[in-house]
Amino acid sequence: MNAPAISIRGLFKHYGSVRAVEDLDLDIEQGEIFALLGPNGAGKTTTVEILEGYRKRSSGDVSVLGHDPNHAHREWRERIGIVLQSSADETPLSAREYVSHVGSFFPNPRDTGEVLESVGLAELADRRSKTMSGGERRRLDVALGIVGRPEVLFLDEPTTGFDPEARRDFWTLIEGLKRDGTTILLTTHYLEEAEHLADRVGIITHGELVALDTPAGLRGGVDGAIVSWRVGGKHRERKTSTPTAFVQELARKHGKGEGEIPDLAIRRPTLEDRYLELVGHAGRTEA
Amino acid sequence: MTTTTRPGFWRLARARAAIELRIFFRERDSLIFVFFFPTMFLLIFAALMGATDVTQGMDVPQVVNYKQYFLPGMVATGLIYTGFQNLASQIPVERDQGVLKRLRGTPLPPATYFAGKVIAVYVVSVVQLALLLGVAQFLLGIPLPTDAHSWTTFAWVFALGAATCTVLGIAFSSVPRTGKSASAVVVPVVLILQFLSGIYFPFSQVPSWVQTFSGFFPLRWMAQAMRSVFLPDFMVAQEPGQTWALGTGALIMGAWLLVGLALAFRFFRWQPRKDG
Repeated sequence: MNAPAISIRGLFKHYGSVRAVEDLDLDIEQGEIFALLGPNGAGKTTTVEILEGYRKRSSGDVSVLGHDPNHAHREWRERIGIVLQSSADETPLSAREYVSHVGSFFPNPRDTGEVLESVGLAELADRRSKTMSGGERRRLDVALGIVGRPEVLFLDEPTTGFDPEARRDFWTLIEGLKRDGTTILLTTHYLEEAEHLADRVGIITHGELVALDTPAGLRGGVDGAIVSWRVGGKHRERKTSTPTAFVQELARKHGKGEGEIPDLAIRRPTLEDRYLELVGHAGRTEA
Repeated sequence: MTTTTRPGFWRLARARAAIELRIFFRERDSLIFVFFFPTMFLLIFAALMGATDVTQGMDVPQVVNYKQYFLPGMVATGLIYTGFQNLASQIPVERDQGVLKRLRGTPLPPATYFAGKVIAVYVVSVVQLALLLGVAQFLLGIPLPTDAHSWTTFAWVFALGAATCTVLGIAFSSVPRTGKSASAVVVPVVLILQFLSGIYFPFSQVPSWVQTFSGFFPLRWMAQAMRSVFLPDFMVAQEPGQTWALGTGALIMGAWLLVGLALAFRFFRWQPRKDG
């Protein structure tokens, strides 16, 4: 068994009286894609930036590729790739110039053309990043994060601003990196992204890890199904572990003469249902 | 693992300098307001009052007109613009846009980032001053020194002055709170120093307390040392204490260089303030 690529033990981060991260324990295995989910302000970026060496922790032990990110050195940085959450980098450099420049910091960079191709910027290689759209610039961010052939790649909300097609392409890229053995820690707002890409998902709210499982495990949970129907023009929903019995009960109550319940549907819980339950939303507010 | 081709310090410093230069010369703002500015100003002032005799009423062997007197001030201005103003207002923008944070997350050694800035400042300054002096001599007919001694002085004042301005520019880049406010914070500092240091009019016309006050800052000494290069020797009579004070100038510039280094090391920030 290999040592985990990322290991977090008892991590705390406080800003004054604000507790951003509370007693976090987590191991991310080599070659794993791990998605960290949670609402804004839950502590995702704080956690990731501690792992990247940008922020100091209040207490706890953290190790990335066997090194403490607080003592980041060049050899360690050569093995890490970072795509930050926000970047508004408006340089007059072309995508090709920028990627090849950042690649030149690394001992064994990827070929610039290949990197641009893989993020779908081959056509825009000579466009200056200033003149790119938000989504195009985000792809450039990803290109700059992977050009050094990182063993561990941090992606902080990488697909914000992508259209659905670009997001699909991005997923293909990430799957390719995984095949090469890259360990990936991803934060995202998009549940289907986590569901599609991640080997495991951690859900974090108020700085605490409230769930940690495979997407299927989270989805399955213990509760069996969600039954929804309409009564008196109002949408109703109920989670139940005995859907068949529940529907029979419903039919007796609301089935009227012909025995049909209006708008009856039974579905397996999605990751989104589980997520919303965990982060404490009453209804479905996020798509 | 094979990491045999790790790039060395100078290779990275050169790569950084090349990128800095590309960015500098592609930005219209830096081209106009930093690179061409001293030349433009010399042309404007020469057109407005270039022929005015600044030695009028003095017992001098030859007349020195305003455009000749103005030239060393513009040489010093070029250095302070390219070194100080340019860096002090550009680095906060890079910081706000996350450029610095991104670089910090790569294996690029921080020292090579600064080395790249310094090299780029020297390259821009050399080209900038070559243009300025070319325009001065060939377009405006301002006589340039022909003796080796003057050019030796020019070389060390240029080297020391550019270094001091660059280091102070990097140190001062931590003062503006945001990239947007940077120019507004930096430009007045430079402008006030220019007026106090006698860039825009003969230093002998500046009140003596202002002469003393501006003597605490390096620009006055850069300008004075450049006057020793570009003005005839007898003009030394117009200087405070009737001396070019090159030794004092070197000391003050050197002191600011060291102070700037200490401040830059102590206060340089790779991330915006809010980003704790």
